[in-house]
Amino acid sequence: MLTQRAQPVDRRPMNWVEKLYLWNILKGMAITFSHLFRRKATIKYPEETRPLPAVFRGLHVLNRDEQGRERCTACGLCALACPAEAITMEAAERQPGEEHLYREEKYAAKYEVNMLRCIFCGLCEEACPKDAVYLSKTIAPSNYSRKGFIYKKEDLLIPNPITEPEAYQKALGERGMNSNQTRQKE
Amino acid sequence: MYLLAIDWWLILEKFILVGAVVTLCLFVAMYSTYAERKIAAFMQDRIGPNRAGPWGILQPLADGGKLFFKEEIIPLASSRFLFILGPALAMITATLTSAVIPWSTPLYLFGREVHMQVADIDIGILYIFGIVSLGVYGIMIGGWASNNKFSLIASIRGASQMISYELAMGLALIALLFMTGSLKMSVIVQNQIENGWHVIYQPLGFLLFFICALAECNRTPFDLPEAENELNFGYHQEYSSMKLGFYLFAEYINMFISGVVMATLFFGGYDIPFVEEAGWGLHPNWLSVIGFVVLLAKSFFFVFVFIWIRWTIPRFRYDQLMNLGWKKLIPLAILNMIVTAVVILLLNK
Repeated sequence: MLTQRAQPVDRRPMNWVEKLYLWNILKGMAITFSHLFRRKATIKYPEETRPLPAVFRGLHVLNRDEQGRERCTACGLCALACPAEAITMEAAERQPGEEHLYREEKYAAKYEVNMLRCIFCGLCEEACPKDAVYLSKTIAPSNYSRKGFIYKKEDLLIPNPITEPEAYQKALGERGMNSNQTRQKE
Repeated sequence: MYLLAIDWWLILEKFILVGAVVTLCLFVAMYSTYAERKIAAFMQDRIGPNRAGPWGILQPLADGGKLFFKEEIIPLASSRFLFILGPALAMITATLTSAVIPWSTPLYLFGREVHMQVADIDIGILYIFGIVSLGVYGIMIGGWASNNKFSLIASIRGASQMISYELAMGLALIALLFMTGSLKMSVIVQNQIENGWHVIYQPLGFLLFFICALAECNRTPFDLPEAENELNFGYHQEYSSMKLGFYLFAEYINMFISGVVMATLFFGGYDIPFVEEAGWGLHPNWLSVIGFVVLLAKSFFFVFVFIWIRWTIPRFRYDQLMNLGWKKLIPLAILNMIVTAVVILLLNK
């Protein structure tokens, strides 16, 4: 009716060869036998991985600027935006000798993300005004205890671009290559 | 003085032979589980276990170890003696059938002729049938001792299925007996070496025997007793740890022994086809080893066909199963018998 491609179902009664079922069984067995020699659809993780999309949301990373200073100012917008209440932080004041460590006068002394609560939605990345936290492509690894899932600031901080440039470039991954994403925020 | 008159060497070599045969059965059953998983995976366009050892070769050891370490649960409401007896009986009957199979031509060691057959009794085939009938008890006791509606229904179905298909199997064999004239396994193999394989003379008999062997091993398409998605898990639902391991292993040993029996009865046993190997000039021990390897190869082929069929065909419904066993296979077997008898009389062999 709609298209002319509808075919009527073959409802002829079985002839005597088909009633024996042996022939059909042999045909079925030939099909399964041919599958023995086809290419397998399995991806052998962790030796092979599927290519992840560019916007994949994985583990958090705390960013630094080009001079190696931490960007995070412990404003708390990420903790407020988080729907699962996974982020907690404590602020501290920058002392006079620490200008090369932190960008602004307020910084995060403690920054903890509870990966068990985190739903990897990316709202914290969208909420951050300082381009300090973003979600990388690392898939959260498993652990034997709940304590291992609470990631402290040291686990999340990206390596210093001045002292360890290769590690920094590796951790930046695709974000460093795309200059649209590094916004010049104050 | 009487003690010195007993042939101690014979007893020793029989012991060693029994130990070797049982070890072979267990080893092959272990690797049948591996082969099943791999072949099933390849037929489903995926790779099977490949993490335990290269290409997953050590996977059966991991499975065995897992079964050992699980907790042994015996339900309070079950009969303790019967609960433990069920899997034990299944395993015993599975390994007992291997006693009369001629594994190869005799070996000549230390100046003695060692027969590669534990017991060459006059009722060879009938002994196998008797033991297989006892195997029904293993399933029935397992289902009854579980004190569980599903297990009971599953074991009743299993018992009725096994009994019905034994009939057709026996009738298919009678036509074979017309040709060989003896029940001894070694005579049957000798007959095939001289006159050609029995599968050429009895194709319908072989087909019937194959279908009945599938039913006896409770393999798909006849695996209602252990239908995973119909009866929870069938008669071995309540079992855990090594008792479950025994049931599963008994099934695989049954499969392997069915393959060996079919190879012996219809495909020439340890005979190499188209080749007059006695004329090769090799030492008879080497010929014996080659014959053994050939028999194993044939039985592995049958195990492969069992696995292949399992992953191709859906399961029979219970009434279709009974219909097939009683109304289709038994008349066919009787017809086969009559035709064989008529042909033999006409040819006056």
